[in-house]
Amino acid sequence: MATVAPQRTRPGRGTELALLVPALAVGIGAYALVGLGTAGELPPGLLGFAAGLTALAVGVHLVLRWRAPFADPVLLPTAVAINGLGLAMIRRIDVAYAARDRVTDFAGRQMGWTALGMVLAVAVIVLLRDHRTLRRYTYTAMVIGLVLLVLPLVPGLGTEINGARIWIQVFGGSFQPAELAKIVLAIFFAGYLVTNRDTLALAGPKVLGLQLPRLRDLGPILLAWAVALLVLVGERDLGTSLLFFGLFVAMLYLATERLSWVVIGLVLFAGGAALAASTFGHVAARFEAWLHAFDNDVFNASPGGSGQLVRGLFGLASGGLFGTGLGQGRPDLVPFAESDFIVASVGEELGLTGLLAILVCYLILTERGLRTAIGVRDGFGKLLAGGLAFTIAFQSFVVVGGVTRLIPLTGLTMPFLAYGGSSLISNWIVVALLLRISDHARRPADLAPPSNQGSSADDQLTERITVRAPDAPGGAR
Amino acid sequence: MNNPLRRLAAMTIVMFVVLMGGATWVQYVKAPELNNDSRNVRTLYREYDNDRGPIVIGGEPVASSSPVDDSFGYLRSYSAGALYAPATGYYSVIYGRSGIEEAMNTELNGSADSLFYTRIQDLITGRQPQGAAVELTIDPAVQQAAWDALGDQRGAVVAVDPTTGAILAMVSKPSYDPNVLASHDTAAVQDAWASLLADPDDPLVNRAIAGPTYPPGSTFKLVTAAAALESGLTPETPVAAPDELDLPQSSAVLTNYGGSSCSSTGAMTLQDALRISCNTAFGQIGLNLGSDALREQADAFGFDESISVPLAVTPSRFPADGEIDEPQTALAAIGQYDVRATPLEIAMISATIANGGERMTPYLVKSVRSANLTVVDSTEPQVAGRAVSATTAANLTEMMLAVVENGTGTAAQIPGVAVAGKTGTAQTTDDAAPHAWFTGFAPADDPKVAVAVVVENGGDLGNEATGGHVAAPIARAVIEAALGSGS
Repeated sequence: MATVAPQRTRPGRGTELALLVPALAVGIGAYALVGLGTAGELPPGLLGFAAGLTALAVGVHLVLRWRAPFADPVLLPTAVAINGLGLAMIRRIDVAYAARDRVTDFAGRQMGWTALGMVLAVAVIVLLRDHRTLRRYTYTAMVIGLVLLVLPLVPGLGTEINGARIWIQVFGGSFQPAELAKIVLAIFFAGYLVTNRDTLALAGPKVLGLQLPRLRDLGPILLAWAVALLVLVGERDLGTSLLFFGLFVAMLYLATERLSWVVIGLVLFAGGAALAASTFGHVAARFEAWLHAFDNDVFNASPGGSGQLVRGLFGLASGGLFGTGLGQGRPDLVPFAESDFIVASVGEELGLTGLLAILVCYLILTERGLRTAIGVRDGFGKLLAGGLAFTIAFQSFVVVGGVTRLIPLTGLTMPFLAYGGSSLISNWIVVALLLRISDHARRPADLAPPSNQGSSADDQLTERITVRAPDAPGGAR
Repeated sequence: MNNPLRRLAAMTIVMFVVLMGGATWVQYVKAPELNNDSRNVRTLYREYDNDRGPIVIGGEPVASSSPVDDSFGYLRSYSAGALYAPATGYYSVIYGRSGIEEAMNTELNGSADSLFYTRIQDLITGRQPQGAAVELTIDPAVQQAAWDALGDQRGAVVAVDPTTGAILAMVSKPSYDPNVLASHDTAAVQDAWASLLADPDDPLVNRAIAGPTYPPGSTFKLVTAAAALESGLTPETPVAAPDELDLPQSSAVLTNYGGSSCSSTGAMTLQDALRISCNTAFGQIGLNLGSDALREQADAFGFDESISVPLAVTPSRFPADGEIDEPQTALAAIGQYDVRATPLEIAMISATIANGGERMTPYLVKSVRSANLTVVDSTEPQVAGRAVSATTAANLTEMMLAVVENGTGTAAQIPGVAVAGKTGTAQTTDDAAPHAWFTGFAPADDPKVAVAVVVENGGDLGNEATGGHVAAPIARAVIEAALGSGS
């Protein structure tokens, strides 16, 4: 294993501030256009919206200057842009619902969640001085993560909404604990794998040219698989199950560099999904709605039909290349246009052009996260940043792939874009963690904070190579 | 750990490229198909949330869209209700479109190719796009006269300008009120639709052009007479007119209306045979000419031809070669057996004779005007072909004048106007009353209007009805209105 040679990097806070200008312009401009497109005039709350979003973004920027001056300058503006656009789109859907006498204030609540998410991001940056501290809580994180994952199954606490049991009732509101669980479990996986990667990478039998791990090391992946299946069956949630298992397999691969883990993971998941599809009606219905979406019987079936999916496709199609324009389409014709199907709403009003631009934003978020993972020197940080960045890409893939009928529809939310407090808060914490790790990664060595107690274990994993050397095969194993 | 990270990065890029491909597939490649899916209400809403152009008759909009405060944005309304329904058709959120609303849909909603420059102008000037106005050839006075004269009887009236083919009246009864179907109250529309479909009189059917085509009865004798004249006969040529015509190859005989006798001598001139509509004489002429000559002449008048005006017109039909034997030829020569015609076709026969034998193509749309009143399209009269020579046409005109003057069609006489015409009383089934027909044109020396009237099953007179009694007075009223001499 080789690390990228530390090089003098500019802290990048100036770049970040400059990038925040177009990022804020996207959100605020879209919000103004929603008013112009629906009522023909600027929306009444435009100034407050612009001031609030700007204050929050600049606030995070200032905290970064203070506490993480070397943090990646692209992450924050990208997240602000997507979040702002999502707020405008949700506002637009509120207006569309109002036109049909359905009074909603999704946008108002989402603004509250945005503020809370960004405040929590600031808290993470301020309180977590060094991400390696988190490694101390590896097994605590495991317990918390598993509890969060199965919390919706607790009678009296979990609630079933639209067939999926992934919400819990707290403080009179519903919360999706799986969103937080993905962060906590990423911490656990990173901590666990960085300790056990050498064992898991040991060679076992060779089958069909594929170097399999030793059979006795299959325990962890089987456990993760069992939990994923439990979530799939108990909570009827293909998405969370897929995300949880995908995250584990991806991080396992990152830690061991063994492709065999990925193959085993895929085989296990495919087998589990096939088993579930043949055993449980709701999983089979998902596949049926995917494969035969345009059959009239499947289209009209309720619940479990393809009506929502196909209506989303209709919305996307009516957007065409350039979209109807904000406020000019009919996103409200798709059920859950503000949350599960916000991608269809965006695709309808902003067109293929707008949707591709947003996908590029997610790609940037992912790649800057992975870049952080490559840059950071400790194995735990690499795994954590890599895993978190991967969740953004994976979640986008599962959601957009589901809406565009590339894969069966699952119940995940589009990070930063979709309505939902749990998702928004969790993703701001993800970005905060990536910012924190990137500050560590990009900070010149001579400015690095003194290693604390917890990081001493990393020393054996961290090479202090300062020359740019080609990766030596098996060098660090 | 950097190698797997780089591979993971490459894989995430692949994932996003796949997503972009999926989005492109849905939003670009499959979009036209998805937009046309019948379950896609979005297309419906966009279609209906459109400032649709009006349908104009006689300078007045008879179908127009006005803004309303609901999810469709605009409501279509029809100022004259059922009167123009056979021409305009309906425009329903649930049941789609018919008539001109369907045939001229892209012009009315502004998406036609011919309106391309209008759309560009709207885009540049920022004006709200608006559909084009479609102006019809219908003359409101003629339409109203035909509507009133037909009364509550089932049937149809068509009037055309013989020199151009422009359709001046298109009445079909019973009709329906398209406002009921254009309503946005879906429950009411569904009820209305169900009762229209359940009505045994089929109010939604446009009998003038697209109904269950009628046996033309004696009006078809014009075609037989034309074929005879073209074959060398003159109006004065004596033809056999027996009381009973023995049909070859069968024991059946053809008799005259009511079993009456055409002539005490058993012969008469061709002109007299048409004047009193002698069945046996025309049956014999048909036998002499043969089915091929009859079919050829019928086709020259427009039978067996698919046209749209731009509403689709059901082709009128003469039995094809091999479908008809000799006795059937005799029946076909008097417009029975399997001969079927639309009222428009019968009107076109008169119009062609009136126009000196040159058949014009009938049309309903006069012009299309964009919202800024520029004419973007207008219909030029078109010659469809020559059906008979000018001499034959002149001879037929003389013979038709005699029909109205002192033949079966005296009820169509108008003082001071030379009306040419032909009656018809078409047998349907044994137990139903015959359809009463009249077709003609006027003035004979300078034709301004040609008309065809059919009253199903004799109308109010039932079994006692003949074309002369029931249909001719309606034709007279229409001609009077067209000549501006109606009271």
